[in-house]
Amino acid sequence: MLKAPVIKIIPFSCVDGPGNRSAIFFQGCGFHCKYCHNPETINLCRHCGRCVDACPVKALERCDAKVIWKHQLCCGCDTCIKTCTYNSSPKIRYMTTDEIIADITASLPFIQGITTSGGECTLHHRFIAELFDKIHYLGKTTFVDSNGQIDLRQRPHLIEVTDKVMLDIKSVDDQEHRMLTSQSCKVVLDNLHYLLTIHKLFEIRTVIVPGLLDNHRNVDVASKIISGWPGVRYKLIKFRTWGVVGELSNAQTPDDSLMEELENLVRHNGVSDIVVV
Amino acid sequence: MQDILDIVKKSGQTFNQRFIAMAKAAENTIDPIHLSEEAQYFVDRKVVFDMAEGKAPYRPRYVTPDYEKFLKQGSSFLMLDPPKDIFEAVSYLMILYHHVPAAGGTLVYIGHLDRLLAPYDKDEKETYRAVDMLLKHVDRTISDSFVHCDIGPYDTRVGRIILDLSAKMQRPVPNMSLIYNEHTPDDFALKAIEAGLVCSKPSFVNDAMYTKDWGSRYAVASCYNVLPIGGGGYTLGRLNLMELGKLAGTKESLVEDLLPRAVKAQCEQMDKRIQFMVDECHFFENSFLNDEGLIEKDKFVGMVGLVGLAECVNTVLGAHKPEERFGTSETANQFAEVIVDKIYEIVTEYKPRHGRFYLHGQVGIAEDVGLTPATRIPVGEEPELPLHLAVTARLQKHFATGIGELYPFDATAKKNPQSILDIIKGAFKMNMRYISFYSSDSDVIRVTGYLVKLSDIEKLENGQAVLDNSTVLGSGAKKGLKILGRKVRGI
Repeated sequence: MLKAPVIKIIPFSCVDGPGNRSAIFFQGCGFHCKYCHNPETINLCRHCGRCVDACPVKALERCDAKVIWKHQLCCGCDTCIKTCTYNSSPKIRYMTTDEIIADITASLPFIQGITTSGGECTLHHRFIAELFDKIHYLGKTTFVDSNGQIDLRQRPHLIEVTDKVMLDIKSVDDQEHRMLTSQSCKVVLDNLHYLLTIHKLFEIRTVIVPGLLDNHRNVDVASKIISGWPGVRYKLIKFRTWGVVGELSNAQTPDDSLMEELENLVRHNGVSDIVVV
Repeated sequence: MQDILDIVKKSGQTFNQRFIAMAKAAENTIDPIHLSEEAQYFVDRKVVFDMAEGKAPYRPRYVTPDYEKFLKQGSSFLMLDPPKDIFEAVSYLMILYHHVPAAGGTLVYIGHLDRLLAPYDKDEKETYRAVDMLLKHVDRTISDSFVHCDIGPYDTRVGRIILDLSAKMQRPVPNMSLIYNEHTPDDFALKAIEAGLVCSKPSFVNDAMYTKDWGSRYAVASCYNVLPIGGGGYTLGRLNLMELGKLAGTKESLVEDLLPRAVKAQCEQMDKRIQFMVDECHFFENSFLNDEGLIEKDKFVGMVGLVGLAECVNTVLGAHKPEERFGTSETANQFAEVIVDKIYEIVTEYKPRHGRFYLHGQVGIAEDVGLTPATRIPVGEEPELPLHLAVTARLQKHFATGIGELYPFDATAKKNPQSILDIIKGAFKMNMRYISFYSSDSDVIRVTGYLVKLSDIEKLENGQAVLDNSTVLGSGAKKGLKILGRKVRGI
């Protein structure tokens, strides 16, 4: 039975794809973005145990050299996450697909489908393929929220059961992408073209960070790529400092005039469905 | 006489508000209705209540006239021919509104406005002006957010104009419901949701459920009270289950002994009040609405309202820990269902002299403290939204004269109104009857069932007079029911 590390399950979400959806967040990511809002989702816990001593309500325990999280006792103060020096969290549940389905059963009458997110959920592609297969059987849709870091052309078992993908285009310049995320953008852009040709792209999203990124170029190039595919949405996201650690923790949020300028650029390039958040 | 002097001198009250209070004071100087000793026992223990409608009921609490018939035939009493265009239609409706009696002094139902006006909708600009006049007139003259307008289930230009104007006006009056069924197009429903997220109306009505109870000719009036068109509600009694729970020693004594006795006592009070209204005050013989067929006696019903199911269940089960309490615990929810089933059984068996009695989920009154409306889960004890919706739906099945629940959503939902429509569709498939929602950043918000403007509550609390009567109630509910503490749903 496959298991995967689940960070949390949100029963109802209005920001993870069309309509009302349950959103499932998986631990682990191959990118290390400077503006990551939840860096504790990047690495899998290595059970060093620093957080066990820090927990004020004794919701963490050491057992067989592993850190065990007792979620019934947890008060949600996030002291463990603040203590961790390894961009991880002990508050992970290793779940089977059936356990996830049991968890969202109460939500099923009210949702169009589910969205898997992260971290980077496609790292668990076999698990997610199994989950999506079961979700389709329940008559619901399956969406993937991804930064495109693994080559989706090589994962047909996942793509076959995925209805749509929401893809981050963080930068279209390889050097800039490496500076921002530590990885190349080649696979991301390959995935973008691939998803467009198989009609499985729901939206692309770009976080706008003044001063750090060539926002105009990124938005210009990306919007031109999707403009030939009507129905694909462009979501422009204002950088915000929530949860960000490191050099960008005090960086500036873009003002409305910049966002408006970029929105106009996207529209000028022929994309009609634009969301600014 | 001190109370009379208090009424005429009370600050922060308009002439009309004082005038209504004076009429009520006069009515309450007599006491013509006499209850049995058993019924009085429950009145004295605050279990059975006549909603302070007045001691001498000479008119029904709610009247829901057949406005469609009125527009078709005109009125000989009012010397009006059938209207020829939309301005006459709107004008004649405004005239008739003035003549519809109600226990609170102001009417509670102004019609299914889109269906009524669609036949006169020839030119979009004219229709817009006419509807604008009508809505302003209702807001500024009736000034009571218990007055209710219905739209839907079909997409019409008039319906869209009503939604546009409501979003633009940002007024609590009139209250509004969208009759929703499988034929309502998604884009019309989404437009209604977009309006709802900026002005807290309309609410959504599960047409499939109410059509089973009444056929298609029903009106949603006042908060969310459902009544036959061309009739109304004689009276609304209120059974306070919280107080009844305090008298019960065990589950069995509540269900087998106290509930049957208390429900019969509530029915007796209503029955006697209706007899006084119909047989002694001869309401129907003195109404041109009745003479002209705009109301008919056999379309009037009595409403048995319930409050405090949550407190009753928790008290009788001795549930103190969060996981044992009503809403979260399956045992408690099952017991709640047993109570409601029992009440339904007794009310259905009761044969009053006039009409029949039906259950209603009462929304509370301004003086309530710590008493949860209808069958709702108390503010502050809401479980996760999917469970909250399921428990709510499950307890609404018997409430043919209306019940509702409200859900404030985080303003983020404005970017994805489809998410709210998905929730509504799911809830209606689970047989929820009625759902209200608003955005956490709205000025017009829903207080248990009616609408108030938060900025008006502030004015009132600073001693200034405000136009809308319901503001006074909203101010009370804010303190007594912690209404502003309703869990906001970030979805």
